[in-house]
Amino acid sequence: MTQEGIAVEDKATELEEAGRRDFMRLFGGVLGGGGIALVAAALLPEAAAVADKPDIPGYDWNKHHWSFGVDATKCIGCLRCVEACKVENNVPKDPHHFRTWVERYVTLEGEEKTHIDSQHDPVNIEAAGADGKYRFANRYKDAKVDKAFFVPKLCNHCTHPACVQVCPVGATYKTEDGAVLIDHTMCIGCQYCVQACPYGARFFNEEIQATDKCTWCYHRITKGLNPACVEVCPVSARVFGDRNDKQSPISIFLRNNRVTVLRPESGNAPNVFYVGIDKEVS
Amino acid sequence: METLFHAAPFTGYVYPNETVIPWTVLIAIYPYLTGLVAGAFTMSSLYQVFGMERFKPVAHFAMLTSLCCMLIVPLPLLLHLGQPTRALNPVITPHITSAFAIFGYAAGFYVILLLLENWFVFRPHIVAQAKQRKGPLGWFYRILTLGSYDLSEKAMHYDRKWIFALAIVGIPGAHGLHGYVGFVFGSLKSREWWSSDLMPPIFLFSAIISGVALLIVLYAASCRLRKIPVDQDCMKGMTYTLWGFMMFALLLEAVEFASLVYRGREGIEVILEYVAGPLIVPFWIIQIGICSVIPVSWLTFMIWKGVKGNALISGTVLSALLVLVGVLMMRWNVVIGGQEIAKTGKGLLTYHMPFFERESAVTAAILLIAPFVLLSVAVKLFPPWEDSGVQRD
Ligand code: SF4
Ligand code: SF4
Repeated sequence: MTQEGIAVEDKATELEEAGRRDFMRLFGGVLGGGGIALVAAALLPEAAAVADKPDIPGYDWNKHHWSFGVDATKCIGCLRCVEACKVENNVPKDPHHFRTWVERYVTLEGEEKTHIDSQHDPVNIEAAGADGKYRFANRYKDAKVDKAFFVPKLCNHCTHPACVQVCPVGATYKTEDGAVLIDHTMCIGCQYCVQACPYGARFFNEEIQATDKCTWCYHRITKGLNPACVEVCPVSARVFGDRNDKQSPISIFLRNNRVTVLRPESGNAPNVFYVGIDKEVS
Repeated sequence: METLFHAAPFTGYVYPNETVIPWTVLIAIYPYLTGLVAGAFTMSSLYQVFGMERFKPVAHFAMLTSLCCMLIVPLPLLLHLGQPTRALNPVITPHITSAFAIFGYAAGFYVILLLLENWFVFRPHIVAQAKQRKGPLGWFYRILTLGSYDLSEKAMHYDRKWIFALAIVGIPGAHGLHGYVGFVFGSLKSREWWSSDLMPPIFLFSAIISGVALLIVLYAASCRLRKIPVDQDCMKGMTYTLWGFMMFALLLEAVEFASLVYRGREGIEVILEYVAGPLIVPFWIIQIGICSVIPVSWLTFMIWKGVKGNALISGTVLSALLVLVGVLMMRWNVVIGGQEIAKTGKGLLTYHMPFFERESAVTAAILLIAPFVLLSVAVKLFPPWEDSGVQRD
């Protein structure tokens, strides 16, 4: 699809979302004015919350277009990003809930099949030693490695997010600046979105009884900071920025590299762009 | 402290977040119950709409059964939600692109339809009881009359028109409700095991056979309890119905499976590994072997040989019991199976059903028994027996 094509599509979703918000206001007005049902009225303020954009002083989400880049050739698998994310975003510390994780791909000499592991692998859990700490176990030290690389993963903040499509209450939504967020005060915890995401980016957070995932550290980026993972990466494997700014790190990254996205056939149109990943990465 | 989550063991590569299986046994119970609703309703329509007189003995009973199952349908969903107090939000502030947002409306509409139809059907009984009985039960029936005591021929004619109309609306209603459950799964592109256009019809046909099978079992059991002979004609009709719909259901499943394998898209190796490994017992042996091939062959044999009398009854009832287990296994293999095949297309997970928790084997068992507890009370209050305890000629 051409750039214009994408722009037009974006506009359509915007309008649809705007229409939805108007509908909610109208609905709110009718109910409030008529004072029809106490129950419904009590629930309405919540409804309005999802409809209105987050109230962030001095931030206009129409002025930004965030995107994320990953240069897998640089990643050294140190997992600073995973640990930082867990702390920054209060993610449960066990190795089964991640907003971001790193995968290791290893092909041994004479083998066709690639070995893939990540933080939930029992051997790596053992090597990490404690919840909240993450390590890649040195499990290939005696093997003859033919090829190996790391791939950081996170929510792709898709242009056509399957998760947003299926949410029955609109608790998860696409912002005007490109992020896909979840309003935890609206989420009913049905986990339909967890099923729908082709990338395994979502998880159910039992501590808050609602679904959770990467927000690109929305609370940071709207104040002009980088997401925590980008901030701590010692080798700049993670790149973030505003595509409306032609000199931002992400604009330069996209201009200088031939990038690819994960599972393009899903139709989700991801906004996390990769450099240096291999055919078995999906 | 209660365990917050269970991490599923896995082989191959699965995404880290996938190790906590999102949809549990309760989500397998949910389509099973809606299936019974749709199936039982189909049975009653065969008489109410299509005028098949031989199904008269079970027609009203089928409607009560459908209603009792339907009243339990929302419970597995409610118990699954992380935030059950927000359960009504999808109805109050629906997000229309979600396949699930219409559930509340569809279910609500259907409950009302079932209540109305049951009311019209049992109105003569309600009115009679309201006039006779004293005490709380008398009040119960008097409230249920909704102030209408008219049982004249004209009024009854009017009632019959309503019953017919409601039954007609109910057919697409019941089937829509259930076909839509198939859509909830079939429309998810993230899982190859679910993502199929055939999902709605497969769910629908398996629903019908489960409903028919349930009525066969319940009707035979009720005749035992009431110590009256089973209506041979009715039983034979149900045998044919079960057999016919089973043929369709099996065919559809076979076609779906064949095309999944034949298409052989990304991840097919893992799917085949799954089918040839963990699925051997729940799918091949139980669902296909014991609960499909055996009953279908048995029914075919009985129909072919023209088996009559007690042999037909016990053969059909046993087949029906197997079918009921088979459809439950089918729901399990779809809902749980779909999640045991990782989205990565490179690994498999194993779901362990907890025994005693909010979403556990015990909860599932209670939810499966609940409709029949309701039904046992309902048949006392609203006797659905056309034969009213005496043998038909
Ligand atoms: S990666 Fe998954 S969770 Fe993130 S926007 Fe896309 S579909 Fe939604
Ligand atoms: S779990 Fe929450 S965010 Fe996800 S679909 Fe359900 S209500 Fe929406």
